[in-house]
Amino acid sequence: MTDVALLPPAASSIAARTDALFYTLVGVSAAVALLLATLAVVFCVRYRRGSRADRSRPPTDARGLEWTWTIVPMLAFVGLFAWAARDYARLTRPPADALPVYVVAKQWVWTLQHADGRREIDQLHVPLGKPVRLLMTSQDVIHSFYVPAFRIKQDVLPGRYTAIWFRPTKAGTYHLLCAEYCGTDHASMAGGVVVMPPERYSRWLAEGDRSVGMARQGQALFRERGCVGCHDARATVHAPDLRNIFGRRVFTQDGRSVVADETYLRDSILEPAKDVVAGYEPVMPSFAGQLSEQDLMALIQYLRSDLNDGGRQAPAARTPEPGTP
Amino acid sequence: MSADAPSYLEDGYTLRSWLFTRDHKRIAVLYAVSITLFFIIGGCAAALIRLELVTPQGDLVGADTYNRLFTAHGVIMVWLFLIPSIPSVLGNFLIPMMIGARDLAFPRLNLLSWYLYVGGGALTLCALLLGGVDTGWTFYAPFSTLFSRSHVIVTLLGVFVVGFSSILTGLNFIVSVHTLRAPGMGWFRLPLFVWAHYATSIILVLATPVLAITLLLLAAERLFGVGFFDPALGGDPLLFQHLFWFYSHPAVYIMILPAMGVASEIIPCFARKRVFGYRSMAYAILAIGVISFLVWGHHMFVSGQSVYANVVFSILSFMVAVPSAIKVFNWIATLYKGSISFTAPMLYALGFVGLFMVGGLTGLFLAALAIDVHVTDTYFVVAHFHYIMVGGSVMAYLGALHFWWPKISGRLYPETLGRVAALAIFVGFNLTFFPQYLLGYEGMPRRYHAYPAEFQLLNVLSSAGAGILAVGYLLPLCYLLWSWFRGRPAGDNPWHAQGLEWHTRSPPPKDNFDAPPDGGHDPYDYRPERTT
Repeated sequence: MTDVALLPPAASSIAARTDALFYTLVGVSAAVALLLATLAVVFCVRYRRGSRADRSRPPTDARGLEWTWTIVPMLAFVGLFAWAARDYARLTRPPADALPVYVVAKQWVWTLQHADGRREIDQLHVPLGKPVRLLMTSQDVIHSFYVPAFRIKQDVLPGRYTAIWFRPTKAGTYHLLCAEYCGTDHASMAGGVVVMPPERYSRWLAEGDRSVGMARQGQALFRERGCVGCHDARATVHAPDLRNIFGRRVFTQDGRSVVADETYLRDSILEPAKDVVAGYEPVMPSFAGQLSEQDLMALIQYLRSDLNDGGRQAPAARTPEPGTP
Repeated sequence: MSADAPSYLEDGYTLRSWLFTRDHKRIAVLYAVSITLFFIIGGCAAALIRLELVTPQGDLVGADTYNRLFTAHGVIMVWLFLIPSIPSVLGNFLIPMMIGARDLAFPRLNLLSWYLYVGGGALTLCALLLGGVDTGWTFYAPFSTLFSRSHVIVTLLGVFVVGFSSILTGLNFIVSVHTLRAPGMGWFRLPLFVWAHYATSIILVLATPVLAITLLLLAAERLFGVGFFDPALGGDPLLFQHLFWFYSHPAVYIMILPAMGVASEIIPCFARKRVFGYRSMAYAILAIGVISFLVWGHHMFVSGQSVYANVVFSILSFMVAVPSAIKVFNWIATLYKGSISFTAPMLYALGFVGLFMVGGLTGLFLAALAIDVHVTDTYFVVAHFHYIMVGGSVMAYLGALHFWWPKISGRLYPETLGRVAALAIFVGFNLTFFPQYLLGYEGMPRRYHAYPAEFQLLNVLSSAGAGILAVGYLLPLCYLLWSWFRGRPAGDNPWHAQGLEWHTRSPPPKDNFDAPPDGGHDPYDYRPERTT
């Protein structure tokens, strides 16, 4: 990167598409602006006071012309809208094989955790060419995850999840910025996204402190917090079976149906009374205030992973670990 | 004709005769003085912001001070300058005269509006003096309710009170236009300035109460912990954004519609030609007024709002650009076969058309979903809305002030200085804000007091432009003040303008007209052959 860059680097699969649309719009706008400015200048010169230009029968309206310059821009706008909306739709549909990364924002730090458990502060390492999907929440105010080189931005809200994805196409280090004003140090809530070739990425992952993968952390929480006590098929309490729960359509007591995505799982843990599954009693207690955002994300990663057996191995887990009473 | 009746300026010289006046013209002058004071304060905040941004490090002021500066700049410029600017000063002065009335429908209410404005403005100033606010003019929750340790409540109260001044002014205009038109004056005889203010007033009356309610909810959450917006209390932060932008997007049209009205009066006068497409201009104003209520969600494309809502708000935002485009075409067509003279007001009006066009075209970028994802909350947005609000509204306000200055003061402003100022403002404005489009596309977020080094060059250009802009604004402040006392007498109608407001003396008598005005008057009866 040079010191003075008039254009940001384009380093994601989305970036080239957004740039193409942007430059088209720049071209169209510049042409329109130039045309109108030229007309205005020509009229101003030609019809300046005292000039000899012909002013006979000045028009005060012209139906055909007026309809033309109403309809033509309108059609152009519809075209531009459709183009931009189609590109935007891509942004909202991550590929199924995207690497999950879990992001928790707070004043004025980004905490990012990879599925294998490696945690980063204000930095995100990702492999070149692989789609990455971020599931994000905030512990306090609204923040916004912004990587100009990828042309992506998504607000990060407290109390709920938002998501965004990208596929990096160029190795390098790019600005990660907070784009939603979040208080005193908003401007320093910045970091970098490091895009590395896949082999180097694997090495980078391996050299980290090999903490437990998020799914394993979630599995441990699932046992320690007593989830198995009810959600295990052998339990005496009648609770929904959570095997293959992720992404499934769930029918609720009041006749609605919802897809069990991350938001549904999060809400079900924190506000169990919100979407009670049809055929079950609303007996689950709320875990609000007992689980951190990271805990919740680990539980979700567990529920969507291959480890999720609905607590089948539960009895083994009940044997106390060394050091616990 | 009783030409001996004193002008409204000669109708008493005591402070009391001004502070307790019910004359719409005197109230307009009171507004002009007070919004100028707030413009100066808001401008000083902007100057400090631009100085800080000359270097990438946060070295001139600290982060907290900077956050208070841009909040003060936004709150003051939006609510204490832009929203009252053209309507409360020129609308107040001119609407009764344009419709051939002696005053607005509710003169006492009009005075109350000014007092509410001053009271709310004073409260907002109190908040500044106590140490300021750091939420941004948008007051996003839950930052503003639970996390900010600044004077949020006093500021909210100030804005809340000023809001009532807006509502009362809007109400007054609506009732006046409906009931006080001179006998025989049909709706399609009204100048476009009046049409624009009519649409603006409807927005003021319908949208401002929503702002008032939103601010009360915010205060309830901050003071009493009632959970409306903070998820920790069971609220929804997006609810705040929906409510806030439901007011604040139409508020943009409160600022720009009157400016369009101004351009539609100045351009025909100095082109000596009837405004092109009068009816389509009037319908475009109404269309903008209506659609303006349906586009607020385009401020929230990356907020977490649903994808479907984003798509709908995107197409509606493109649609609101159609009537705006029509207006630009019509202004330019008005020049065709005219007889154009380039006085200072005309330069301002032409500058307005150009800058509004750039602001409008870049609005299309922001309505386009995929681009907005990248540039929202960056300097691209800052540049866009300054092109509309400063390039558009402030240019038009100054143009209007020059155009109707002889009417208001009875004196001429120095023409050469007027043209120099208009050019300085046009050049300074573009140098200040055009680089910000580039900064935005490069990815510089707004509300940063320190920024990555590669953004410096464009920031230095922008700050240099702000210097020129400041000189451009100081010039009219000085020479108009001088002209008020020492300017050459203007005569009743120095521009040979056709508006009904010019068919009386300048400055007008207290009751506006010496003889009953003609309801069939044609405000655009200009002919190119007739030279001034």
